Amino acid sequence: MPLRLIPDETKIPFMRYAPLAVPTSLLAMVASLTLFFVVGLNLGIDFKGGTLIEVQSSAAEADIGGIRSQLGALGLGDVEVQGFGAPNEVLIRIEAQPGGEAGQQGAVKAVQDTLGFSDYQYRRVEVVGPKVSGELARTGTIAVLVTLIGVLLYIWFRFEWQFAVGAVAALIHDVVLTIGFFSIVQLEFNLSSIAAILTIVGYSLNDTVVVYDRVRETLRKFKQTAITDLLDLAVNQTLSRTILTSLTTLIALSALFFFGGAVIRSFTAAMIWGVFVGTYSSIFIAAPMLIYFKLRPAAAGGSVGPAKA
Amino acid sequence: MLYFARWKIALIALTVLAAVIVAVPNLLPASTAASLPSWLPHKQLVLGLDLRGGAHLLLQVERDSLIEERAETLVSDVRQTLRAERIGYRNLRAKGQTVSLTLRDTADAEKAMTALRPLANPIPSGLFNQSTVSEVDLALDGDRITATLNLEGLEERVRSAVEQSKSVLERRINELGTTEPTIQREGTDRILVQVPGLEDTRRLKDIIGQTAKMTFHMECSDGSLGEALQSRPPAGCEIAEPADEADGPILIESRARISGDDLVDAQPGFDQRSNQPIVSFRFNTRGAAVFGNLTQDNVGRRFAVVLDDKVITAPVIRSPILGGSGQIEGSFTVESAQNLAVLLRAGALPADLTIIEERTVGPSLGQDSIDAGRIAALIGMAAVIVFMLLVYGLFGIFANLALAANIAMVFGILTALQATLTLPGIAGIVLTIGMAVDANVLIFERIREESKLGRTAINAIEAGFSRALGTIMDAQITTLIAAIALFALGSGPIRGFGVTLVIGIMTTIFTAFLLTRLIVATWVRSSRPKSIPI
Repeated sequence: MPLRLIPDETKIPFMRYAPLAVPTSLLAMVASLTLFFVVGLNLGIDFKGGTLIEVQSSAAEADIGGIRSQLGALGLGDVEVQGFGAPNEVLIRIEAQPGGEAGQQGAVKAVQDTLGFSDYQYRRVEVVGPKVSGELARTGTIAVLVTLIGVLLYIWFRFEWQFAVGAVAALIHDVVLTIGFFSIVQLEFNLSSIAAILTIVGYSLNDTVVVYDRVRETLRKFKQTAITDLLDLAVNQTLSRTILTSLTTLIALSALFFFGGAVIRSFTAAMIWGVFVGTYSSIFIAAPMLIYFKLRPAAAGGSVGPAKA
Repeated sequence: MLYFARWKIALIALTVLAAVIVAVPNLLPASTAASLPSWLPHKQLVLGLDLRGGAHLLLQVERDSLIEERAETLVSDVRQTLRAERIGYRNLRAKGQTVSLTLRDTADAEKAMTALRPLANPIPSGLFNQSTVSEVDLALDGDRITATLNLEGLEERVRSAVEQSKSVLERRINELGTTEPTIQREGTDRILVQVPGLEDTRRLKDIIGQTAKMTFHMECSDGSLGEALQSRPPAGCEIAEPADEADGPILIESRARISGDDLVDAQPGFDQRSNQPIVSFRFNTRGAAVFGNLTQDNVGRRFAVVLDDKVITAPVIRSPILGGSGQIEGSFTVESAQNLAVLLRAGALPADLTIIEERTVGPSLGQDSIDAGRIAALIGMAAVIVFMLLVYGLFGIFANLALAANIAMVFGILTALQATLTLPGIAGIVLTIGMAVDANVLIFERIREESKLGRTAINAIEAGFSRALGTIMDAQITTLIAAIALFALGSGPIRGFGVTLVIGIMTTIFTAFLLTRLIVATWVRSSRPKSIPI
């Protein structure tokens, strides 16, 4: 007999928690934005410009302190040296150099001249000039906005406008909290973080649409029931699917997090966060929005059984 | 919902089979796959530079240097024209893209404009359309004439500079002997250079970073270097800095006597007496004649070989060089002599190129990423398969069959399209593994619900599929919107992520709508279940 993770016929009154959940989420969003503006994102070179060099030492363990002092003496401004993955691997980040586009290449040369080619292997060199970093930041923002608008239009077209507003509210919630996550953990924010945000948007939306689809169906079935009861019913009916899918996605992402290598670890971490936020927002943001935007007048009393389907 | 026509079953099976067959060569070592006969599928996944290692350089044509150079040429053209017409002027100067001058006599205005008009000559634009754009706008205001390089003309210059640079870079990079470099235009003024498998990019950068404009100048005969350094160089002369700081600057004529354009060959070598690295060169007929005359007339004087505004050598002419070939002795290393020979053979770049983005991944990191991605995908897949088995039992097996077919199809389509697989692309596949089962979960949960409502097994399955498919469609299309945004706006690796996500969504829709349904229908027909084991 198959494993039963979720009991059948749950009757959790989710919407009763909404008056608590929505303000809490708003507070979390305000906190995220405050963090974003006060602490700021740990911007990677994609958006800030600068140089990133990953070296592998031929020794069993890299001399991080030694590298730091050697490179610190070069006068390249802010140089960050940290271990990365295996003990003999080191990640070097150098802030954008003065001198515009042409100035950036000097930093790579200076590092390679200092560390040499016999003791170190250069596994990765990334140099992003100020012009490109500006463009990447712009296209990244556009990508997120275009996605939100596209989703708004599609859901408006397929459902009713309240659903579109609710879905986008949930997505904005997810995006803002993910930015908050990046600010608080100080995870490097780079191009793949934008990809992570867009994927979170996709995942959360997937979840929201499943709930909404059921809401629409129950709306048709129970013409007289109050909206809160309807929403509770829809969320409970889809609950086991919601949890199972979050679990399989989390399983796959965990495999990626632990075995996928250091290069995409921050990407995966953000995605794992996104699965939680996205699942939460479908239930506690997207659904209550339908109440607030008066999808059905709350006073529609009198509960009669299922209408003719 | 559960009835499938024979031809439909055949079509579904064939589609999956075809995808698997296309994907199979990826399991073979590259050399084996390449040696397969051509009638067998033998293509393998195209790996992005982040997986197979290599250099990615985005170069930009320096518009400002192009403008400056054009403005300077325009100044000297104006000077020559007005001198020939004997028209007096003062304050001839270039500022930005505008050249201006003041006439000594306003009466000359018409004559000057007529004389200068040919400078505004249209330059041919495009290969096929013979429309032309005029590059210079002439304007007269009292005694002041301005000639402005207009935007249209500059765009045209930038465009042709990018094209020329592309072919020069192709020639230069091919000399490195690397495999399949790609050099392509990006936007209006950029060139993307990708060289797979290249780990040490120093030589590559040396080779593409230099304009390699070589010119031969005579040493200035009127005036000494000392005086020039004190005040200013005499008219028509300039101070040239040495390439090697051990040498001092030299006062040379501004006018180049011969340029690198007239070279037909350049080779690295060693000087027979000193055994120092040198570059030997040969001129074309025209260059050989000019060089012959020059050396004949100037025995005993110095001349300078200038590369990108730096003097690499300034020997004294001991005897006329008439054969049209010679050698440059600078302070070369073996490698720098080799590089210079390559650059001279490939020709000069029409404008300065700046590296505005570099992403180089060493082959070892690429291989590590492939290995890590493979392990993560296998573990993720195994875990999801076990999970589905535990939760759904027999239906879990159905879901896992569909999942396996799904992933095989993702690889098959990636291979058939020869789309580039990047590290984020692998992440996209792992994510697809996690999310693909969502479609099956939706279907199975719905079937369970329907059966609890008291429907018979077959009825519940029918209803479960028909109700769940609408939801799946909506959910996948919204995800598709995000995936397309990733694909359209992303670059390089991120685009790779978008590609696998889009393909994953399509295969998921296919497997949910057809394959899972076919598997369940087959099971229903063969075992005629009374109840549903989920």
